[in-house]
Amino acid sequence: MIPSRKLFTRKLDFIHGSVELSHGGGGRAMAQLIEEVFLTAFDNEWLRTQDDCAQFNVPAGRLVMATDSHVVSPLFFPGGDIGCLSVHGTINDVAMAGAQPLYLAASFILEEGFPLADLQRIVDSMAQAARQAGVPIVTGDTKVVERGKGDGVFITTTGVGVVPPGVNISASRAQPGDAILLSGSLGDHGMAVMAQRENLSFDAPIVSDTAALHGLVATMVAVAPELHCLRDPTRGGLGSALNEIAQQSGVGMRLHEAAIPVHEPVRALCEFLGLDPLYVANEGKLLAICPAECADPLLAVMRAHSLGQEAAIIGSVVTDAHGFVEMETVFGGRRLVDWLSGEQLPRIC
Amino acid sequence: MKYIDEFRDGRLAQGLAARIRQEVNPERGYALMEFCGGHTHAICRYGIEDLLPSNVRLIHGPGCPVCVLPSGRLQAVIELAERERVILCSYGDLLRVPGAQGDTLLQAKARGVDVRMVYSVSDALDIARAHPDQPVVFFAIGFETTTPPTAVAILHAKAEGLHNFSAYCNHVLTPPALRAILATHHTAESPAPIQLDGCIGPAHVSTIIGSDPYQFVATEYHRPLVIAGFEPLDVLQAILLLIRQVNAGEARIENEYTRAVSPEGNRKAQSIVAEVFTLRPSFEWRGLGELPNSALTIRPEYAEWDTERRFIVPVVATTDHKACACAEVLRGVKRPEQCKVFATVCTPDHPLGSCMVSAEGACAAHYHYGRFRTPSPGVSA
Repeated sequence: MIPSRKLFTRKLDFIHGSVELSHGGGGRAMAQLIEEVFLTAFDNEWLRTQDDCAQFNVPAGRLVMATDSHVVSPLFFPGGDIGCLSVHGTINDVAMAGAQPLYLAASFILEEGFPLADLQRIVDSMAQAARQAGVPIVTGDTKVVERGKGDGVFITTTGVGVVPPGVNISASRAQPGDAILLSGSLGDHGMAVMAQRENLSFDAPIVSDTAALHGLVATMVAVAPELHCLRDPTRGGLGSALNEIAQQSGVGMRLHEAAIPVHEPVRALCEFLGLDPLYVANEGKLLAICPAECADPLLAVMRAHSLGQEAAIIGSVVTDAHGFVEMETVFGGRRLVDWLSGEQLPRIC
Repeated sequence: MKYIDEFRDGRLAQGLAARIRQEVNPERGYALMEFCGGHTHAICRYGIEDLLPSNVRLIHGPGCPVCVLPSGRLQAVIELAERERVILCSYGDLLRVPGAQGDTLLQAKARGVDVRMVYSVSDALDIARAHPDQPVVFFAIGFETTTPPTAVAILHAKAEGLHNFSAYCNHVLTPPALRAILATHHTAESPAPIQLDGCIGPAHVSTIIGSDPYQFVATEYHRPLVIAGFEPLDVLQAILLLIRQVNAGEARIENEYTRAVSPEGNRKAQSIVAEVFTLRPSFEWRGLGELPNSALTIRPEYAEWDTERRFIVPVVATTDHKACACAEVLRGVKRPEQCKVFATVCTPDHPLGSCMVSAEGACAAHYHYGRFRTPSPGVSA
């Protein structure tokens, strides 16, 4: 809803206009940007109060809070953009505690000169993602930095949620004997973004998997409340996520490469660039670790969900004083799935 | 992936492994060196050692161009880039390698040096075209495989009159390094002090130079060499062929990689390389030392596109850490885990020696893919 009083004589120019320093200055220009861009797109009862904070009631239970900053280049990529990514990313972080996400906050750092058309496109994408997920953006902030001191737009989102009673999910709870499940194919997001980078001109049919996973998590928690760990393998990919869990839980892991789904175009682009899909980012996949006896029912509900159709049991948790994540390769040998050293970089030959 | 998955087939691998088990002589050991980092990577990535009998040992050779680059040469170009405000273009896997002062290209970039990661030398040419007022230096590195593209880039730069482009030539040659390793294993009078029964020859390098340049391995050093592709089945097949030659007491150059390698190689690429480059009298290889006629330099006719002639690039002599056993690892005297600093103070995040520098180096490959095989208190995830 837009306030009835007429503060602004001219509307923002969403075709030729761009972000100016005054849009972060706290004055009338900022009020106009907030009103015409953010309030219009995100519109909900909490934002309409136009307070500096949002007030809301929460159900009884354990609250979960997570925050995530989003910087991505390019800002728009096949399957999504920084806007929906920033909504999905934080919803997923909250959901990985088994929680139902309730509310989001969004904070923008805009670079002077950033096209208002792009900003509107990004904000609309956030609004749509939040609505689809049923998680409203209830408060926010905007700052503008001088040209050259930002990369167009940075978005930080924070989310709160509540964990259903009886659910206790943590990366420190993996136990020897547990099964490791993966909700779908690896590397789609990372390679979709990489294929769009300016100095690569791949015409690869790869689409980011960015998606909000809380619906999938809710069905999983309903059938297996004794789930031990959930993790979305974003930056650093599956390999990094499993090493983090192994370290936090003081266990080792054994994987079967043949069971790990990777789509053919992703495999081909990784092959071409000398990258390992195990370390490529995902934005709509999750890892679940559960007692072995829950694995089959859990797999069944995951596969029945639209975001888990390719789910698979990819390995198991073992006792290992060294905390190694080992993998039986498609070739019949074994390899370590190590921590990533820095960023993955393409190889010479 | 067509034409790739066929060479990673686990069932075919089991068949080949069974044949290797049948044919090895249990009374003796087999020490085989794969020269190339590409093979080392395939061996470790696919766990090929798990498919081999315990008396077949693979030695990871020096064929990783990033690993053998002396850190002084990297340091020199970082300093050049800082001093002359050049745009420095590099392949990705060089970015994390520490120079003589422990400085990497990524750290230099963080300090404000204009370092650009490129996927090919043609990207560097594009950057030079887009910034005609700034010197653009391409960090040319690699064995015979990456040399022809550098040569082509220099020819293009000359033809176009692209005067702000130059290449910092670190291209090295495979046969002299192979010779240096074999020489330490071979004395005419007494048996070699370290066992080396055969070599797996380079894949991509051989597509350029062909199989003929390896004849000296058989004729002078009496060792078999099998040129093999970089896929795991290629490697396993090459191991079987080497074991057969060893068992028969033969020393021949065989070509397993006939789908890409001919005896004479790629003549066109060779002639382009010969047009632009000439032999350097001597070049330092990290881990192996100075090797005569083992590297290339840009011919004087193309001096304008030679970074080392256009700028002053003083290379500081450097030595690796005293405890580093890279020289022994590269010759097969030691396994990576037998080095005192392996996985303790020398790790891929903080490499002390050449073998830990790039993912294709012997120590880094063992660290990333295989250190669970040799766990010790200092080695964990």
